[in-house]
Amino acid sequence: MSMTATAGHAHADPHHIGLVIEHPGPASKRIVTAYGFWVFLLSDIVMFSCFFAAYAVLVHQTADGPKGSEIFEQRNVAIETVCLLLSSFTCGMASIAADVRNRFWFYLGMTVTCVLGLIFLVIEFREFADLVARGYGPSRSAFLSSFFSLVGCHGLHVSAGVLWLLTMMAQVFAKGFRADVLRRMMCFALFWHALDIIWVGVFSVVYLLGSAV
Amino acid sequence: MLGKLDWSAIPFDQPIPLVAGGVVLVAILGVLAWVVVRGHLPYLWHEWITSVDHKRIGVMYILLASVMLLRGGSDAIMMRIQQAVAYQSQGYLPPEHYNQIFSAHGTIMIFFVAMPFVIGLMNLVVPLQLGVRDVAFPTLNSVGFWLTATGALLVNLSLVIGEFARTGWLAFPPLSGLSYSPGVGVDYYAWSLQISGVGTLVAGINLVTTVLKLRTKGMNYLRMPMFCWTTLASNLLIVAAFPILTATLAMLLLDRYLGFHFFTNEAGGNVMMFMNLIWAWGHPEVYILVLPAFGIFSEVVSTFSGKALFGYRSMVLATMAICVISFMVWLHHFFTMGAGPDVNAIFGIASMIIAVPTGVKIYNWLFTMYGGRIRFATPMLWAVGFMVTFIIGGLTGVLVAVPPADFMLHNSMFLVAHFHNVIIGGVLFGAFAGFEYWFPKAFGFRLDERWGKAAFWFTFVGFYVTFMPLYIAGMLGMTRRLQHYDVAAWRPWMFVAAFGMAVLSVGVICQIMQLVVSIRNREALRDRTGDPWDGRSLEWATSSPPPVFNFAFNPDVRGEDAYWDMKAKAQQQSLEHDEPEYQDIEMPRNSPTGFVCAFFATIMGFALIWHIWWMVMVGGVGAFATFVVFAWRDHDEYVIPAAEVARIDRVNLEERRSLVSMAGAV
Repeated sequence: MSMTATAGHAHADPHHIGLVIEHPGPASKRIVTAYGFWVFLLSDIVMFSCFFAAYAVLVHQTADGPKGSEIFEQRNVAIETVCLLLSSFTCGMASIAADVRNRFWFYLGMTVTCVLGLIFLVIEFREFADLVARGYGPSRSAFLSSFFSLVGCHGLHVSAGVLWLLTMMAQVFAKGFRADVLRRMMCFALFWHALDIIWVGVFSVVYLLGSAV
Repeated sequence: MLGKLDWSAIPFDQPIPLVAGGVVLVAILGVLAWVVVRGHLPYLWHEWITSVDHKRIGVMYILLASVMLLRGGSDAIMMRIQQAVAYQSQGYLPPEHYNQIFSAHGTIMIFFVAMPFVIGLMNLVVPLQLGVRDVAFPTLNSVGFWLTATGALLVNLSLVIGEFARTGWLAFPPLSGLSYSPGVGVDYYAWSLQISGVGTLVAGINLVTTVLKLRTKGMNYLRMPMFCWTTLASNLLIVAAFPILTATLAMLLLDRYLGFHFFTNEAGGNVMMFMNLIWAWGHPEVYILVLPAFGIFSEVVSTFSGKALFGYRSMVLATMAICVISFMVWLHHFFTMGAGPDVNAIFGIASMIIAVPTGVKIYNWLFTMYGGRIRFATPMLWAVGFMVTFIIGGLTGVLVAVPPADFMLHNSMFLVAHFHNVIIGGVLFGAFAGFEYWFPKAFGFRLDERWGKAAFWFTFVGFYVTFMPLYIAGMLGMTRRLQHYDVAAWRPWMFVAAFGMAVLSVGVICQIMQLVVSIRNREALRDRTGDPWDGRSLEWATSSPPPVFNFAFNPDVRGEDAYWDMKAKAQQQSLEHDEPEYQDIEMPRNSPTGFVCAFFATIMGFALIWHIWWMVMVGGVGAFATFVVFAWRDHDEYVIPAAEVARIDRVNLEERRSLVSMAGAV
C-alpha cells in the first residue's frame, strides 16, 4: 500500500517540480560515504581559510626581514604547480581504473600520482630548507611565520595524502576492488583533488600576488 | 628521555589538588578493582567500550559530561567561597591556584560538560527520531567519543602532574605566549582541546550526514522533529566553526613550540588576530550548545502540552536564521578594543538582530502551551524554568550588545552573570530536560518524579540566588576573575552568591539521589510500552530500551508528528494485524578502534605537553596503525536473523497493542 502511494506520487510529478516529494529513504552507502567526506573537506577548507586570513593579515609584517618578492622563485613554483595538476589527472585515471577494476592501470595511475606528489614535496622541502639556511626561517618575522604555516600545512596534507595513497595501493593489492576499498578510493580521490584546489589558492595568493609586492 | 617531566611537576606543596587527585585516583582504582573482581570487564569491553551502537555511545557521552560536571562544579564552589572570604585578605587560595581554577572551570564546563552532554543526547535520539538503524559512520562515532574522553583525561591529569593554564578559558595571548606562560599549563589546555576538537568535528560530520542522508521513507525535511532540525543547525555550525579553533590553537602552539610570531609582541605578531579568530569560533560555539537545547524544549513543550508544536515552519526558519547570523556577531566580544564606532555599530546591530528569531521561538513555545493540556512532569518544569530564565539572560544580552553600555559592563561581573544566565538557563536546563525526558527511552524505566522535582526547584532557586547578585556586583563595578578585593559594597553580594551556590549544590545532590532511588526502584518504574510520556515522534515507536537495530521495520512517515499519527490511525482502525514479514538485519560490528586510537592519542598528547619526542612518535605511529588494522578487517557487519528480529519485536508489539486498545477504550 505504501509502495503504491509513493509510486503514485512519482507518476503524478515526474519532473519533481512540486513541493511535496516523498523522501525515498536512507541513501546508499556509497553516497553516504562520499557526502560525509565532502563535509569533512569543507571543514578542512575552513581551516585553510584561517591560515589564508592569517597570511593576509601578516603579509606586510616583515620586521625588516625579506619580503615575498625577495624570496619566491617562480620557476620552482611553476614546476610544483605542474606536478600537482598532472597528479590530479593521473589520480583521476587511477579512479577510473578502479571503477572498471583494471589493476594494471590502477597501479600505474597511483604510482605516477605518488611520484609527482613526492617531487612536489621534495621541491617544497628544498625551498624551506634553503630559506632556513639563509636565516629566513619562520621565527624571523610574522610574515614568514604565516608563509611557512600556510604552505607547510598544504605540504603536510600532501604528505598525508601520499601515505594514504600507499595504503590504498596496499589495500587493493591485499583485498582487491572490494566495495569498501572502492569507497575509500573515492574519498582519497576527492582529497587529492581538494589539495589541488587549495594549491591554486596558495599559488595565487602567496606566490603570484607576493612576487608583485 | 622524559622531556620537561620530572618530580617537580607533582605539586607536593599544594594540599588541595594533591588530596583531590588522590581521592579521584583511589575512586578510579576502586571502581576498576570492583569491575575486575566482579568479572564485569568482558561485559564492559564487549557491550560498551567497543560498542559502535549510537545509543550506547550517546549514554557514554552523557556519563562523561556528568562526571565532568561534578569536577567543574567543585571548581565553581571553590571560586564562590574564595570571593566570599577574600575581602581585604588573600582568602584561602593562592593567586596561582585561583587562576588555574577559573581557567579550568570555564574550559571544562564548555568543552567537557556542555558539548558532550548535547552531543550525547543528539547521538542517542536523532537516529531514533529519523527512523533509521544507526548514524552514518558508526565506528567513527566511537572514535569521536573516545577522543573527547582523551581531552577530558588530559585536563584532569593537569591537576596532579604539572599545572593547568592560568589564562582564562580562551587563553588569550600574549598572556598565553611562551614569555608570560612558560609552564605546561597552556600546553595542557591547547592539546586537550585539539584532541577533543577532532572528536567533536567527527561527531559533527557524522550527524550532519545522518540528518541529510539517512532519513526513513517519507521523512521529508518539513516532517523532521524539531530536535533533528536543531541538531542539523548545530552540527553545521560545528563543521564550519571547529576548524577555526583547530587552526587558531595550531598557531598558538607554533608560537609556543617553534618560536613563530603569529600572536607575539615581537617581529610583527598580531594579538588582535587571535581575538578575531578565537571568537569567530567562540560565538557560534554558544549557538552550537544552545540550539540543541532549543530542540529539546520544542519536543518537551509539545509532548507535555499534548499539542503539535505551534508554528513549526517558523521554528525551522528561526533555527536556520540563528545558524547563519551567529557567524556575523563575533566582534561584539571586543567592542572595547578600538575597532571604531562604525564596526562596533554594525556588529552591535547584528547581535541584537539575533534576538528576533530567538524571540520567535519563545512565542512559539508559549503558544504551544496555550490551550494545551499541560502536564507538569519534571522535563516540563525544566522547560518552563528555562523560558523565564532565558528571557532574563537574553535581555541582559541585548543590553551588552549596545556598544556604549558594553564599555561600562565589559569584563565585569555583569557579563559573568549574563553568560551563566544563558548557558545554565539555556544549555544546562535543556540538558537536564532532555536527560529526564529520554532517560526511560535509554534504560527502560522512568526517573523518580519527587526527587526530580526537588532537584529542579533547588537548582532553579539556587541559580537565581547565585547569579542575580553577580549582576548587581557588576553594576557596582566589580570586574571578573578577582582573586581578592577591597570594596566593601561588593562583599554582601558575594556572600549571597556563595549561599546560592550551596542551594545549587543541594540541587545536584537531589539529582544524584534521583538516579540512586530510581535505579533501586527500577522494577516499579519500568516502562513496558516504550512510550511513557504519550510522545509524538518516532523514538517512542520502538521499545525501551530500543533493540540494537532500533526498528524491526523502517517506519513509513506520512506527516509531522509521525508517531502521534500512527497512534491515532491505530485507534481508528482495528488493531488486528497479521504478523508482518520479518527480514534479516545487517548491523555494523563492534570495534575497539575508537578506544585504541584514543589510547595512542592520550600518549601523544601527554608526550607533546612534556616535550617527550620519542613518545610522540609512538603515539602517532600507533594511531595510524590502528586505522590500517581497522581498514584491513574483512567482515564489518553481522546479520541478525529474521527469527531473532521477530522474537524481539513481538514482545514490544504486544505491549503496544494493549496500550493503544486501552487508550481506545477510554
